[in-house]
Amino acid sequence: MIMLHSFSFMRLIAFMYKEAIQIVRDPSTIMIAFLLPLLMLFLFGYGVSLDANQIRIGLVLEDTSPEARSLGYAFEKCTYFQTKVGVDRKEIEDDLTSGRVRGVIIIPTDFSVNLLKNQPAVLQVIADGSETNTASFVQNYADGVIEDWAEKDRGKKAQITAETRVWYNPQLKSRNVLLPGSISVIMSLIGTLLTALVVAREWERGTMEAIMSTPILISELILGKLLPYFILGMLSMAICVTSAVFVFDVPFVGSLFVLFSATAVFLLAALSQGLLISTVARNQFVASQTALNVAFLPAFMLSGFLYEITSMPIVIQWITHLLPARYFVSILQSSFLAGTIWAQVIPNLLAMGCIAGFFLFLVVKKSVKRLD
Amino acid sequence: MWGRIKALVIKELLTVWRDKKSRMTLIVPPLMQLFLLAQAATLEVRNIEIAYYNQDSGWYSHELVQRIKGSRYFKDVHELKNLKEFENAIDEQRAIIGIHIQPDFSRNAAAGRVATVQLILDGRKANASQIVQGYVRRIIGDFNADILKIKSMSSEGSITSVFRSWFNPNLDYLIYNVPCMVGILSMVLGLMVTALSVAREREMGTFDQLLVSPLQPWQILIGKMLPAMIIAVGESTLIMGLAIVVYRIPFQGSLILFYLCMVLFITSIIGVGLFISSLSKTQQQANLGTFVFMVPTMLLSGFGTPIENMPDWLQPLTWFIPISHFFIIIKGIFLKNMLALEVLTHVWPIAFIAIFTLSIAAWMFKQRLE
Repeated sequence: MIMLHSFSFMRLIAFMYKEAIQIVRDPSTIMIAFLLPLLMLFLFGYGVSLDANQIRIGLVLEDTSPEARSLGYAFEKCTYFQTKVGVDRKEIEDDLTSGRVRGVIIIPTDFSVNLLKNQPAVLQVIADGSETNTASFVQNYADGVIEDWAEKDRGKKAQITAETRVWYNPQLKSRNVLLPGSISVIMSLIGTLLTALVVAREWERGTMEAIMSTPILISELILGKLLPYFILGMLSMAICVTSAVFVFDVPFVGSLFVLFSATAVFLLAALSQGLLISTVARNQFVASQTALNVAFLPAFMLSGFLYEITSMPIVIQWITHLLPARYFVSILQSSFLAGTIWAQVIPNLLAMGCIAGFFLFLVVKKSVKRLD
Repeated sequence: MWGRIKALVIKELLTVWRDKKSRMTLIVPPLMQLFLLAQAATLEVRNIEIAYYNQDSGWYSHELVQRIKGSRYFKDVHELKNLKEFENAIDEQRAIIGIHIQPDFSRNAAAGRVATVQLILDGRKANASQIVQGYVRRIIGDFNADILKIKSMSSEGSITSVFRSWFNPNLDYLIYNVPCMVGILSMVLGLMVTALSVAREREMGTFDQLLVSPLQPWQILIGKMLPAMIIAVGESTLIMGLAIVVYRIPFQGSLILFYLCMVLFITSIIGVGLFISSLSKTQQQANLGTFVFMVPTMLLSGFGTPIENMPDWLQPLTWFIPISHFFIIIKGIFLKNMLALEVLTHVWPIAFIAIFTLSIAAWMFKQRLE
């Protein structure tokens, strides 16, 4: 009976073995670990994109002089726009309201007159503000077309020009950024969901009673629950990363070692969070509901994978610091696109480690070997 | 006959309200989502930090830097002393854009040659850095116009554009998010209430009691649909009130048209909910079912990122997602005062989906009952 009070690897292994068999024989766990990440990655990869490939715009030439037509032609041949030439302002404004076009360029009647008189010639750019992000791009692209045209066709050399270089993601493909970030969201869901259900299930089915009456220690119980799912989580991560690189062509320039360590720490946090939810809820319904609301949705909205954290109100920015997903997004984006930036990796790893430690501490405190 | 349905509806509403667990799931998460989504889901770029490395000591670069510093776009403009620091600032994401001014900048500009500044964009923030690039280029454009003015004493035929954004003049994301929230909430609630109600009865065994009651199957069906409709419309009205009163988003279009569309939309969602409900035996399964429906729906609905940005083969698939049409209607009526005729072109797909899902649900329901 001395054995009862000290940590036993035999017991741990036996418990993990039981857990592993349960995983293998339960199709729902396998589905969560292998099918769900693929499905989600597919949705994120194709469904979520900020690249406004070709924006539909309307063009109204109220001025029919050669100059105006030349500028109109510059808009038509711009590859960022799919241009529809309208007869009058009214018609094209209706198109804007109905959403058939996202922007309207109007070259007013006095455009060429002003141009010839050497007075400022002004054209109007109107965008559909209800598609807010696309509207900013309408403005940026339109400015680009006008600047190019002024330089090439009018010989108006601007004194100061800007030359743009893009680091890490030369074509500025939003997918290259969103996909690594979405892996963090997917892993938050999977990591938390995997363990959120396990302890709750044991309580619900009454098998917890059987476990409680064995000599197993709380530490062995927690480790025995964490480790098998840790391995499962690592495998889901491997699936995500391989598909991102080989199916979606996202470059990976960082180090696999950093990726591995970051995933390990992140999974520890996510799995512990799930275990905590499960231990407190003791009910699968509440546990899965809680997992969605505290892990998936915040990871989606607040991790910075799609929405910039710095643009959020300050209170919400503070909240984001409590999310392991936030730190994971930043490591993933840099690992995929920029390589290993230690000044960024280390603080992020430490923050995730602290959160993991905190959740683990709570799990240990909440798991008491009692049956009430 | 209607008395029985009324009784069933009251019973359903009471079950939802009296059960603490379901009351919590219906009230807390939706409101939390409203608050978070409305405030946090923004693609706007605010509180921007940029960095510059100026190797030039002339007037032109000094003036450019002053103009950038004085602009209302940026929160912080960091000055960096050498190339290494400059590179680190971008690497470590302390600046979203780096501006590099080379030593011959002012000399070139003064001599009337083209002077070039380098903008380094952080590709890890593909969207935000492009928007910030637009800001920097606008500052440079204004500077150019002023240089011309000074040099030739006239604004020698400069070509500029005036930008206006309709329906949302300041490109404020709240105005985009909050109306969409009305759609999302009515979907979440309509779905959850219907999906869980049948499953709960089945789990607790009270479904048999319903079956032996004098209610006809179609009366049970309506009795299950109406409470979801009442709750969803009720909570959406609340959110609309908040949107108009608290967030001060002007409602432009016709309220009657809006409510008609909302009822039709919720009907289509209830069809989906009943379908999930008839498939699942436990609340757990029903919950999983709603999740499986919700995630693809939200990701492909055009809320997070526009449908136009998706690959061409995927865009037609979004036609089958009721909320993608409803988003167009909401924004159309709420913000744009869209014509009723125009709204109709987006209503009929919802009507089609509603008829489709409801007939399947009714059929499944009947199968189960017999």
